[in-house]
Amino acid sequence: MTRQMIGAKMIVQALKDQGVDTVFGYPGGAVLPIYDEIFQQNDIRHILVRHEQGAVHAAEGYARSTGKPGVVLVTSGPGATNAVTGLTDALLDSIPLVVLTGQVPTFMIGSDAFQEADTVGITRPCTKHNWLVKDTADLAATIHEAFHVATSGRPGPVLVDIPKDVQFASAKYTEKKQVNTSHYQPVVKGDMDQITKLVEAIEKAERPVFYTGGGVINSGPAASQLLRELVDATGFPITSTLMGLGCYPASGKSWLGMLGMHGLYEANWAMHDCDLMINIGARFDDRITGRLDAFSPKSKKAHIDIDPSSINKVIRADIPIIGDVGHVLEDILKVWKARGRKTNTEGLAKWWARIEEWKKVNCLSYTQQGNTIKPQYALERLEALTKHRKDRFICTEVGQHQMWAAQYLGFEDPNHWMTSGGLGTMGYGMPASVGVQIAHPEALVINVAGEASWLMNMQEMGTAVQYRLPVKQFILNNERLGMVRQWQELLHGERYSHSWSDALPDFVKLAEAFGAKGILCKDPADLDDAIMEMLNYDGPVIFDCLVEKHENCFPMIPSGKAHNEMLLGDASTQDVIGASGAVLV
Amino acid sequence: MSLKIKKGSTAHSAYNLRANYGDEVETHTLAVLVDNEAGVLARVIGLFSGRGYNIESLTVAEVDHQGHLSRITIVTRGTPQVIEQIKAQLGRIVPVHEVHDLTVEGAVVERELALIKVSGTGDKRVEALRLADIFRAHVVDSTLDSFVFQITGTPDKVDAFADLMRPLGLNEIARTGVAALARG
Repeated sequence: MTRQMIGAKMIVQALKDQGVDTVFGYPGGAVLPIYDEIFQQNDIRHILVRHEQGAVHAAEGYARSTGKPGVVLVTSGPGATNAVTGLTDALLDSIPLVVLTGQVPTFMIGSDAFQEADTVGITRPCTKHNWLVKDTADLAATIHEAFHVATSGRPGPVLVDIPKDVQFASAKYTEKKQVNTSHYQPVVKGDMDQITKLVEAIEKAERPVFYTGGGVINSGPAASQLLRELVDATGFPITSTLMGLGCYPASGKSWLGMLGMHGLYEANWAMHDCDLMINIGARFDDRITGRLDAFSPKSKKAHIDIDPSSINKVIRADIPIIGDVGHVLEDILKVWKARGRKTNTEGLAKWWARIEEWKKVNCLSYTQQGNTIKPQYALERLEALTKHRKDRFICTEVGQHQMWAAQYLGFEDPNHWMTSGGLGTMGYGMPASVGVQIAHPEALVINVAGEASWLMNMQEMGTAVQYRLPVKQFILNNERLGMVRQWQELLHGERYSHSWSDALPDFVKLAEAFGAKGILCKDPADLDDAIMEMLNYDGPVIFDCLVEKHENCFPMIPSGKAHNEMLLGDASTQDVIGASGAVLV
Repeated sequence: MSLKIKKGSTAHSAYNLRANYGDEVETHTLAVLVDNEAGVLARVIGLFSGRGYNIESLTVAEVDHQGHLSRITIVTRGTPQVIEQIKAQLGRIVPVHEVHDLTVEGAVVERELALIKVSGTGDKRVEALRLADIFRAHVVDSTLDSFVFQITGTPDKVDAFADLMRPLGLNEIARTGVAALARG
């Protein structure tokens, strides 16, 4: 059966055939034909955001919490350029997105037409791939291919730029199954020789550690299950990057907590002193490694990654395994079991004894006293009052609050933690919480925010109210750009250049102006009641939690230092960053 | 049209690392087979500029009209780790089919073509013609006071010829960049 239709209809049809139920977007001149088609159907729900960056972050939240690709529809020119930050964010965190942009008609391309921008040129370095469709006959096939590329191998954002005349012209619709995607098929099965080498290393290791990342989450829920099986069967300790939180439960007995710049003392020391590091779906980011020449000097390093370019990019792998985490873990378990489930129990017992010593440092301790709420205390109470909810999803903005959330909240399941890791995009969390709540209407969705980040995309409160999304905006308000302030304290002689927020809005009135509920809390004694009020309110809430203004985030590996040079909360922070570290970010 | 490069030989570059992983900067010639579609060269060049890699020479042309495939030949410099990373990054680009490091895959033939304009009269003109003969350069255009020579060979040979022509009145040179194939 062949079907003739106009390009705009083709787009909607292709989205339906790809199983899309939600599109985040904002209309404009160059996408009007597509919006007209969306108007005339009911299968795909369009969520009108307030800014195109919000659309992309919302789609990221949707994608990360469901495992399905997020879909965005925006217009040409400013619509496309506003999407660039979100695209870059999704690229660095490997989030599958399909972004459709309108473009001026083909005969006007290159004429500096109204709302014309070289969208494929601008987005080439911030997408996994992009296409400019110049012929309606190619349109459906390109969209099908776009979904294939976004979701295959290492996931990422793709963009399809569609001129307006292509949307109006008529052609034959290409069915999903007619599209040949054979040439782009990343390897998913790992090399069995390398896997056997890794199993041999697992059998002998005295001081092993699993170092897991976002790749476990991206591989799907089965990968997290296999990881839990492997960790629990071997009894090896496990730590995770920011992006990987939830792949192993925080309540699990082998859990060390997050590692890295603001990671836990025991996690970073285990990384530094281990003799076998098993990297599963992480990429040796600079937030993780600290000083490279002092990074885990005594260990043999195995690296499992679906992207060959991740391997040996920063740290040389002794056992490189290219493949999908789920497939590789399955093979590791199979080989390890077949060889008799051996581990070095004696070495492992000694190793755990050392880890227990590090745990005794109690690196997350802080003192809550007086009438000021410590941000850590606010998060501990939030955790205590919400951790029983299996359907709890946490989003964050970027900064100190993000690190505290990673430290003080426990994640039991994958896909329940949405944060901007690689790009560090302030303004991510508010729209991401919208996307998560759209995908999970009954769930508890909390955006842990700082007031400065939150203001960057606060217009999306309008979206939350319009679609009756009961997202909880939990703002730790210190009237400062807390992380910037912390670095200025450590690195720039306490000269706090432009790192405070003057003229902040009254968040309670702001909530009311949007048609949401506002809650102000400044006394630790009121905190539990206020949090319960937020949780019990059936609608969007802005929770303005006034916290200690000068709290620093610890532990901290200062830039240019090694894992074993971590600072703890009570340590002197004078001159901790040397001249060579000062140039790092 | 069949292409005489073995498929997939560097697709798993991480497995094929050389044992010694030195810090010496090396020159490598890469052959990259890509879909001949709009923007593909920009993707490759953008990768090099965005990640701070060097391009010494770059040539591109369609080599399989029916299959819409182009071959890009890139000469680049870097430490072995950087070279491996360049190959892996090239391999990630969606329209890239194959990446071959001709420098490590065996013996290779490299050729470049240059057009060199030399202006002069008298003895210098005669000497330019005599040297061109030694280098097997052809005269492809001539006026009473100038020649345009066409020379093919390795980049070194082209350099050597250009150096000799300089005192004899070289005033313009156009080079194609390197094309390379594995031998045998």
